[in-house]
Amino acid sequence: MKEVLRFDNVCMHYHTKQGETVAVKDLSFSVKEKEFVGIIGPSGCGKTTLLSLAAGLLTPSKGKVENGGVSFGYMLQKDELFPWRTIEKNLFLPLEIKRKCTDENKARVLALAEKYGLKQFLKSYPSALSGGMRQRAALIRTLALDPNVLLLDEPFSALDYQTRLSVCNDVYAIIRNEQKTALLITHDISEAISVADRIIVLSKRPATVTATHALDFTENEPLKRRENKAFSAWFELLWRELNA
Amino acid sequence: MKDKPQYTKEHLLYLRGLKRKGLLVNAVRVAVLALLLIVWELAASLEWVNPFITSSPSRIAACIADLYQNGNLGAHVFTTLWETVVGFCIAVGVGYLTALLLWWSEVFRKIAEPYLVVLNALPKIALGPLIIIWVGTGSKAIVFITVLIGLIVAILNMLNGFMETDENKILLLKSMGASKWQILKKLVIPSSLPAFISMLKINVGMAWIGSIMGEYMVSKAGIGYLIVYGGQVFKLDLVMSAVFILCVLAAVMYAIVALVEKLVIKNR
Ligand SMILES: Nc1ncnc2c1ncn2[C@@H]1O[C@H](COP(=O)(O)OP(=O)(O)OP(=O)(O)O)[C@@H](O)[C@H]1O
Ligand SMILES: [Mg+2]
Repeated sequence: MKEVLRFDNVCMHYHTKQGETVAVKDLSFSVKEKEFVGIIGPSGCGKTTLLSLAAGLLTPSKGKVENGGVSFGYMLQKDELFPWRTIEKNLFLPLEIKRKCTDENKARVLALAEKYGLKQFLKSYPSALSGGMRQRAALIRTLALDPNVLLLDEPFSALDYQTRLSVCNDVYAIIRNEQKTALLITHDISEAISVADRIIVLSKRPATVTATHALDFTENEPLKRRENKAFSAWFELLWRELNA
Repeated sequence: MKDKPQYTKEHLLYLRGLKRKGLLVNAVRVAVLALLLIVWELAASLEWVNPFITSSPSRIAACIADLYQNGNLGAHVFTTLWETVVGFCIAVGVGYLTALLLWWSEVFRKIAEPYLVVLNALPKIALGPLIIIWVGTGSKAIVFITVLIGLIVAILNMLNGFMETDENKILLLKSMGASKWQILKKLVIPSSLPAFISMLKINVGMAWIGSIMGEYMVSKAGIGYLIVYGGQVFKLDLVMSAVFILCVLAAVMYAIVALVEKLVIKNR
């Protein structure tokens, strides 16, 4: 399958008055089309920097990020819905930014919202929705421009455990359904195991790849995977690698 | 929200209790005011205090009625109101635009910072004599002082509001490919609306300080003028009446801002 994203020996240095921070060092990996890649790493190691590099919001100090003209959708830790806009208006936000507010595009977004259970909330303000529903709305907003690759930066970590499991399940199903490539960043090992096709382990800062694992689960549903015997074996392996 | 929700008995009781508490608070508020007026009136009419110095509610009422009959009341109120409102609008408008400019450009912001700090600390009234020489002694000078007193506060408050915009939301918009102009329009301005409202509230007070101070210095009409004049000729009834009118006007202006607030940020 086609490669949609490729990091070649990427380094990223931040310069501030306090000094220079090397956030990412000699990082190389690639992502194939429709692949779901989980990236785990200790906190502060440079994961968010990695996504910003992937999306082209930052330019690497050294090395090269190739993304072959694919489009990206970004999803953050919090839903970041604008509280002064209705859910519908929030979903249309990317269309407004890209000046693609055509009836056709709007209809497509509304169809997505309806398909994934947001129809009754379209005219509500975000404050009226539960955390899980809001995160779902955030995902639909991310899908509004029909991006090729989704960049997910710990999208569930602000939710409580119960909600997290079910929202993770939902979001995962939506992403598979819409046949998107996804790059999920998390510090939650079990979350990565439950959704990813492949897991990349990062070192402490400066982030570099210490291991890559292709997961060989037969089932793809996150909640089912968690019941699989192999799950805990993977967990132990990754736990050791992460804390090495 | 269209059809009336069905509440349990317990909730209805709770609502009723809430309402009763609200009524009680309002009743006590009115009672305190009434008590104050009655004691004041009694103290003056029984000559526990010298009514010439303390005035009294009835004397104030008579004085206002007198002003009204002479046809001067409207003119004085209008003069001060006009100076205040114009000064307020200019300070708020110019302050908002300046803050936008400073938000836009980090260089401007850095350059302006020490000036803003010093100007903010400076008692603007110290510039009084200069202003009289520059702009004369009419309403223009008073508006000028009002603007001067409100402007820096408006700039600092608004800039603060703009700078507090959520970094993650900015990142999100950037990831959608938004331009700085779009970030301003879609995010910074709407999200700083609460800061704008609180800036308006602060500036209502500032505008009254400005216009009354200005009138103390240079005016020939207006409520501040009445206060100064009343003080000079020892007509304390007049001073008290003017202060009373001022209270009412300031309260009305504040209420208008509060109404704007209700209309604008009902959804948060
Ligand atoms: N804009 C910036 N300027 C300077 N330093 C930065 C900047 N952004 C991040 N850093 C530094 O780079 C390092 C990596 O940050 P990054 O946010 O990428 O890590 P992270 O793995 O996402 O962290 P977390 O687990 O807390 O989300 C940190 O030490 C951080 O302080
Ligand atoms: Mg991060």
